Amino acid sequence: MSSLSERILGARAGEYIDRKVDRAYVHDGTGVLTLEAWKGMGSRGLFDPSRISVIFDHIVPANNSTTATLQHELREFAKGSFLHFSDIGGGICHQCMSEGVVLPGEVVVGADSHSCTLGAFGAFATGVGATDMAAIWLTGETWFKVPHSIGIRLQGAITGAAEAKDVALAYVGQLGMDGGSYKALEFIGDGTGSLCMDDRLLLCNLAAETGAKTGMFYADDITVDYLARYGQSAGEQEKEPCDYVQELEINLADVEPLIAVPPRVDTVRAVRDLAGLPVDQVFVGTCTNGRYSDLARFACMVRGNKVAVRTIVVPASREVMKEAIRTGVLTDIVEAGCSIGTPGCGPCLGAHMGVIGEGEVCLSTANRNFRNRMGIGGEIYLASVATAAATALEGEITEPGVP
Amino acid sequence: MRGKGRAVCLGADIDTDVIIAGRYLRTKDRSIWAKHVFEDLDSDLAPRLSGAVIVAGKNFGCGSSREQAAIALKEAGVIAVVAPSFARIFFRNAINIGLALIEADLGCPEGETVRFDLESGWVELGGKRSRLRPLSPHMLDILRAGGLVAYWRVKR
Repeated sequence: MSSLSERILGARAGEYIDRKVDRAYVHDGTGVLTLEAWKGMGSRGLFDPSRISVIFDHIVPANNSTTATLQHELREFAKGSFLHFSDIGGGICHQCMSEGVVLPGEVVVGADSHSCTLGAFGAFATGVGATDMAAIWLTGETWFKVPHSIGIRLQGAITGAAEAKDVALAYVGQLGMDGGSYKALEFIGDGTGSLCMDDRLLLCNLAAETGAKTGMFYADDITVDYLARYGQSAGEQEKEPCDYVQELEINLADVEPLIAVPPRVDTVRAVRDLAGLPVDQVFVGTCTNGRYSDLARFACMVRGNKVAVRTIVVPASREVMKEAIRTGVLTDIVEAGCSIGTPGCGPCLGAHMGVIGEGEVCLSTANRNFRNRMGIGGEIYLASVATAAATALEGEITEPGVP
Repeated sequence: MRGKGRAVCLGADIDTDVIIAGRYLRTKDRSIWAKHVFEDLDSDLAPRLSGAVIVAGKNFGCGSSREQAAIALKEAGVIAVVAPSFARIFFRNAINIGLALIEADLGCPEGETVRFDLESGWVELGGKRSRLRPLSPHMLDILRAGGLVAYWRVKR
């Protein structure tokens, strides 16, 4: 009668443990500080270079010479130390790690808050800071407090114009911005069988917005088939009943298109309640909604039309972009008048291209709408890809039609 | 691990974007983070943080894992942060860089003196002392060393 976290970590909820990690990754943002801290600790070696990844995604390509110089140092170190290195254009760290790298049952740490995304594989995946990561580079282990778990029971299947993003906003709205603090979210119930890996990665991604340590799905036949496409063989995880500290039930068929109103991700409304609000920019991408299925859905809705406002689309990875080129999805998006960015985080964190101006409104498929995040004085509404497409075509917040 | 400072009060759910904005992250110059700390919340706040104990609402430090947020507070001269709860990555980051965190609900005692002793496990406001849930021995070791970098530099 253990939670998935307890099974993977081998200890009971509430216990403090030291645990070896299976994978550790940083991006260009946190990697610079990690390298500095690791040097401060005495540059005394790396536990296993083959298990350490450095993935450039936050400001790609570099926006100025200061950034370029910082990136140069980290790039040279990663190459010289034989770490797994992904340079600009490879994609978002969580996405790259989801393309046949992370396996069920592993313990994965990333120096980014959305590392919980990878719990979709039935791994224990969580975010740490740069100095924590430096000690992990050195020793291969770190301390954890084994989390208590919240069960999110999903029933049925998504219907109509709703998407997994709307399901995510539904649970974030119910739990609130600290409703998952120090806990793990376990997605359970028959409805999990109706969700593909892209949907599961998205649902785990938003766990961070409730303060949770991670979000998790049990590995099943869908997980195994997905990993087989990348040449990985993995087994399913047997589900066990578990006493959750809290249980939430979501009937997937009841979920409708939702939107998070700035500046809080847990202020969630029906899209129709905000219909007609003019927007200045639409952004489709990020570790939440930049996967191939997202781009395909967006293309399907804008094909043959022109967007009414500036629209930025950023594939989550090179693999996603290649697939979108191969199938013509990218052509549809470009012909609809959208601007395409280098695979990576894009304008989500407001550090470079695609920032919004004072008083501007952005409809984004990302996961954060904190005040000023994408630019000083700008406001961010968070919604699904379908809502983004409908909104891009009208220039104002628009509820998507049933496909 | 004792300290005291003047309370500067903030609300709940203070996120790391508002502590230090994304546009200031690409540098190793810590004084830049100290200078721009809380800029988007209140541009007059940074100069008032030297010798201050921040007393905030729940879920302090939520959002991005950026360690620059904890560093910015320390560099600006913040002695400690008191809040009913902290976001978990911020909590780890603060301990790792040697910034004292105190899990307690002190309300909003703007300008009053807050005293604390992490080893004995208490916080004091207006002569009233409250017990704290003790930090783990490992966390205390890290804080005593002045952070995780210094801890590992001397270990082994």
